[in-house]
Amino acid sequence: MKSIYDNEMKLEFLSKSNNEAFARITVAAFVSQLDPTIEELADIKTAVSEAVTNCIIHGYEDCEGVVKIIGRIFANTIEIEISDTGRGIENVDLARKPLYTTKANLERSGMGFTIMESFMDEVEIESVLGLGTKIKMKKMIKKIPIEEDSLELMSLGGI
Amino acid sequence: MNINYNQNEKVLCIEITEEIDHHAADKIRRKVDNEITRYMPRKTVFDFSRVTFMDSAGIGMIIGRYKMMKLIGGSLEIENVNESSKKILEMSGILKIIPISELKMA
Ligand SMILES: Nc1ncnc2c1ncn2[C@@H]1O[C@H](COP(=O)(O)OP(=O)(O)O)[C@@H](O)[C@H]1O
Ligand SMILES: [Mg+2]
Repeated sequence: MKSIYDNEMKLEFLSKSNNEAFARITVAAFVSQLDPTIEELADIKTAVSEAVTNCIIHGYEDCEGVVKIIGRIFANTIEIEISDTGRGIENVDLARKPLYTTKANLERSGMGFTIMESFMDEVEIESVLGLGTKIKMKKMIKKIPIEEDSLELMSLGGI
Repeated sequence: MNINYNQNEKVLCIEITEEIDHHAADKIRRKVDNEITRYMPRKTVFDFSRVTFMDSAGIGMIIGRYKMMKLIGGSLEIENVNESSKKILEMSGILKIIPISELKMA
């Protein structure tokens, strides 16, 4: 089967909080083939960390489940899908609002979706109560154009 | 995490050495709250020079400690914040209530 994407990966892990670092580091390693800047990579890691944490603490709450990540690369765009089959979101529009949280008692800040939206180019939320939540995020990695003379230098074997 | 308490100045300094996500924030919170109740400092300073990653869990953790310091009549500061952590702190609006200093590039 030939994929329409340039590259794809799939990752599944238990909803344990010590997998949050594992998830963002793995996605960062996958994205690194697009040669992102340090800032772009930090943005992606943060957005992934937010979405994965949400699956763990909101989606599955106290029970254990599986968090699934699909990463896709197409040209210089990374698409990341992060999903759980947990409780779902009652009101997605409300959930997206800055500072909105249903878990203030756990010192949540309600800034997760706001961070995802400002660090990624696109964030889609699909959620069905009782069935789960899927976050689809996209970011274009902007290539820094190579200067003409440095190209010349390269062809001369200067670099 | 490295903890240092200056008795004369009543300043509790906490150097965070891990990435601050939800997993780490839970542990940092418990430890720091213990130290604050033990010393009742006048000021608590978080040293962020070794923090290479922070997400929104850091915001909750900081606001929680800020409230605790306020409760005992003290203050909270954050030192050596890097570019990406600053971006997150800025977004949350807590820079209006908590003083920070930026990390100087070596
Ligand atoms: N995967 C999820 N499953 C169920 N509810 C979710 C999920 N993700 C987010 N939510 C809901 O959306 C709210 C806002 O999420 P977010 O902006 O990340 O803030 P926080 O995680 O700090 O509460 C959460 O408090 C929760 O009610
Ligand atoms: Mg969140």
